[in-house]
Amino acid sequence: MKRPVSGIPLFYRGRWRNAFIWLLPVVAFIVAVSMVIQARLSVGPEVVIAFRSAAGLEAGKTAVKYKDVTVGLVKAITLSPDNTQVLVRVALGRDAQNLTRADTRFWVVRPRVGMSGVSGIDTLLSGAYIGVDRGQSDESQYRFTGLEIPPAIVNGMAGSQFKLEADDLGSLDINSPVYYRRIPVGRITSYQLRKDGRGIDLNIFIDAPYDRLVTADSRFWNVSGVDLSVGSDGFQLKTQTVAAIMAGGIAFSRLDNPTQGGLYKRTRYKLAPDQETAMAPADGPPVRFQLRFEHPLHGLNVGAPVEFSSVRIGHVASVELDYNPEGYRFPTIVDIDVYPSRMGNVLEKLPKPTGDTDLNTVIFTREMIAHGLRAKAAASSLLTGQLYISLDFVPDAPEVNFDAAKRPVELPTVNGGLTILQDQLTGIARKINKMPLDEIGNNMNTALVELNKTLRMVNNQSLPAANHLMQQAQQTTQDAQKLLAEDSPLVIHLLHSLQEATRTLRAVRSLTNQLDRHPESLLQGRTDDVVLNVPHSLKEGEQP
Amino acid sequence: MINPPFARQVQVCRCPLCGLVCADEATPGVRRKCPRCQTVLPHCQPEHSHLSWALLLTSMILYVPANIFPVMHTSFLGYGSESTILSGVVAFWRSGSWGIATIIFIASVIVPCLKFLSLSLLLISRARKSVWARCERARLYRITEWIGCWSMLDVVVVAVVCGLLRFHALSEAEPRSGILYFGLVVILTMLCALSFEPKTLWEDKQ
Repeated sequence: MKRPVSGIPLFYRGRWRNAFIWLLPVVAFIVAVSMVIQARLSVGPEVVIAFRSAAGLEAGKTAVKYKDVTVGLVKAITLSPDNTQVLVRVALGRDAQNLTRADTRFWVVRPRVGMSGVSGIDTLLSGAYIGVDRGQSDESQYRFTGLEIPPAIVNGMAGSQFKLEADDLGSLDINSPVYYRRIPVGRITSYQLRKDGRGIDLNIFIDAPYDRLVTADSRFWNVSGVDLSVGSDGFQLKTQTVAAIMAGGIAFSRLDNPTQGGLYKRTRYKLAPDQETAMAPADGPPVRFQLRFEHPLHGLNVGAPVEFSSVRIGHVASVELDYNPEGYRFPTIVDIDVYPSRMGNVLEKLPKPTGDTDLNTVIFTREMIAHGLRAKAAASSLLTGQLYISLDFVPDAPEVNFDAAKRPVELPTVNGGLTILQDQLTGIARKINKMPLDEIGNNMNTALVELNKTLRMVNNQSLPAANHLMQQAQQTTQDAQKLLAEDSPLVIHLLHSLQEATRTLRAVRSLTNQLDRHPESLLQGRTDDVVLNVPHSLKEGEQP
Repeated sequence: MINPPFARQVQVCRCPLCGLVCADEATPGVRRKCPRCQTVLPHCQPEHSHLSWALLLTSMILYVPANIFPVMHTSFLGYGSESTILSGVVAFWRSGSWGIATIIFIASVIVPCLKFLSLSLLLISRARKSVWARCERARLYRITEWIGCWSMLDVVVVAVVCGLLRFHALSEAEPRSGILYFGLVVILTMLCALSFEPKTLWEDKQ
């Protein structure tokens, strides 16, 4: 092709090269158009979510996140026509198409501080976002009502849901933890009042793999707060973790001796108020008895215990009045529920006739009544006046007619301990009443007047005199003390006199000595005054 | 005034690489090479202006996605937002930075549009071999070529901002595809201006 010729330019056909340069705008056009088309295609569905408030949401900025992946953006926030709600228009991405299901849930993730912990801390910096939980429904929907509280469980979390029946909510709340051996393994997801208002249904969620710990033998109980009980063994303080004390909680455990069928799970459980109740053996079906008390039963409440030989075997089911036209009396009808299974091993020792349990119960009860089984209302506490029903054998009970056809089976009653006590008290009161209290009082009054007089006399006359006497005696003692003091004139005089006397006596002795030795001096007078003055001892010493 | 003869009139052509002037025997659709250095000789012929037209058209096409797609993604305290060129201008204007808004608007909207206009004007007038306002058109060409190097302002701003704002959780900026298209637009218009041969302005109708 090349024919290099010096000086002459080389010519060759290259028209296609000129055409080639036009590929550049074509490629650019294709790229630009494809990108614009792709951008248009990546726009997914638009949904409207109604929230109660738009706190923390911002149009054009707030993201919609599913499993922490941004799947959409808030486009606009408007008020609903009736101004009661906030309508948040969200543009979802193309890949979020399958999130728009009828039961998809939306909620706003904000930082929340609750008793059970702090959540959404990351949104402090990043701002609130809208969380999504994909629903399971097959129908699509583009208008949603947002949740005000984040759901405790989202779809796709491994675990199981259970229903608990409780009498009341206590201090439990959504997100209160569920413990197994004090390990938090789940939480309360929701609760609702039962339709008839007779209790609460709690939904709990147990995370996998702990949910396999829930079996047919599982027992649930409330561990909220502090349980302080005073018993014969002293004070007992039972607490759970601090979180459970503050936020409430539920614990569950398995029975120590599981029955068969421990592997399958029930979906409904009862929530017991405490561990003892929860772990107590199952009661089984109750047998209802009716009691008829002729005297009023003040202090007997529904739920009061029924004890048999000091074992609690049931409770009072109802307390109602009846009317007896004979003597215009209003006896009390008490229905009690007795759980035979609470008798434990005794039940196995009792004869077990086959056949109808109802008939068996009647026959058994009749025998027991024939042997003196009676019911009575006894006081459990003299302080509060609470009564309980005590079933016991009364040794010399009067015979009663047993109506085998009556349902519930009627048990004969006797006057309870409190009634006896009341009678005794009445007797004591009557005796007190019989006492001549007025007379005694009068006598005592007279005696007291006498005593009063005597005392006044003593006070007015005797006591001043005695007082004077005491003063006199005191004076005398003081005088005597003065008199006998060392420097008193009396003592000085006395000492002086004694010295004088001593001298006198010495003179007398020397006189007697003189007379002894020289009796003649009595006549002649003293011969030598000097000798006389020499002490006797010295003079004797000089003589030899 | 006597015009000196054009190279085409005397049938010669100068090689841009080695400067060899050789005979130009115009043959339509045939490209010439320098006999000395084998360089493809520049197009003196009006019908050889495909390159300029193609580059201009490409840059005009790319200018559309450059404005549609975001040029930068900024996140401040977790609030992320993507801004296109025009939304950035609007944001600056609203926030009171009228100066910056004006500069960006001039650099990224007015200048490219003016370049498109002037290059189109030059190419059309050359295709028509118009003799209208040759000196002004030559000045326009010089301005267009000179301004080419200043058209990258947007790209530089994005590059600098993305380089400076790197405080991960607090604030961050990332370039987006729009700035790539904008950069291509600038480069292509510069190439277009380069490929334009101003001497054709002076060619007469034959």
